[in-house]
Amino acid sequence: MEPAQIAARIQSQFGDAVLEVKTDVPDPSVTIAPEAVADVCHFLREEPELGFASLMCLSGIDYGDRLAVAYHLHSMRHRHRICIKANLPREAGAARLPSVVAVWQGANWHEREAYDLFGIVFEGHPDLRRILLPDDWPGHPLRKDYEFPREWHGIPV
Amino acid sequence: MPNKPAGAMLTPVADVGPRSLIENRFEESVIVTSADWIMNWSRLSSLWPMLFGLACCAIEMMATGASRYDLDRFGAGAFRATPRQSDLMIVAGTVTHKMGIRIKRLYEQMPEPKFVIAMGSCASGGGPYFKYGYHVVKGVDLVVPVDVYVPGCPPRPEQLLEGLLCLQQKIREKSIARKAS
Repeated sequence: MEPAQIAARIQSQFGDAVLEVKTDVPDPSVTIAPEAVADVCHFLREEPELGFASLMCLSGIDYGDRLAVAYHLHSMRHRHRICIKANLPREAGAARLPSVVAVWQGANWHEREAYDLFGIVFEGHPDLRRILLPDDWPGHPLRKDYEFPREWHGIPV
Repeated sequence: MPNKPAGAMLTPVADVGPRSLIENRFEESVIVTSADWIMNWSRLSSLWPMLFGLACCAIEMMATGASRYDLDRFGAGAFRATPRQSDLMIVAGTVTHKMGIRIKRLYEQMPEPKFVIAMGSCASGGGPYFKYGYHVVKGVDLVVPVDVYVPGCPPRPEQLLEGLLCLQQKIREKSIARKAS
């Protein structure tokens, strides 16, 4: 299925939740409202003619004026792919969206990584802890407004 | 024979000069040396490294231990899986802050005398992570005292061997009469 057709299927199912569709770019994407992410992902996996069984990557992004999460999906059955994006506000604690661990188990560590490095909170995640940095690390380093701590446990940074 | 010196009881040795108090009065199985020399020699000849590696440098360290370069030629090939049996810590790779506190604990668990080789740019000074690596300790010498720095990214096995030989030379120059600096 072509990206435009996939976008049309999402749009017909969820209507207002779809905010933007880009299909004439190298990496076609559908931007959806954050609160609809889990439902849209569940639909994309379960619908037989979409069949997105594989979450290739879940990435956090800091655009400067907003945060975002991108889900790159692939269907091994139908050999097609799509990118789902959700924009989030940058204010501390405001970047929240539903977890997709219930849809793809592989999202577990990806979401923990996005939480660790961007501070994006995935609601409904079974174990949302830092995954790379120490548990008591200050801040989320891949945010553009991150400032290095001067030292950590007596070791200069 | 109450008045004969003790040396006379032993097998006679060839007369090589005037007799002194102890010279030429012992068999060849007796080795004469200084306490410094024998302690340093035994320490530098059996440096057991700790079995751990942190990044790509560890691959080169494995190559150094393998048959082609053979770290065992210098007595340093017995990698121990516990710090309590190790004399030498080869910090082979990037030291993150998360790992740094663990390295410190491992170092404190090693018995004295203990030595540290910082292998590669990352362990020596942060390497490519120096400026923007929020997660990397800028040199393992911020965490534990380092004896020898081996530059390279990663260093070739010959360089690590050279680092080991430098450490052996450093041990050779130590003395029990001075406090170790």
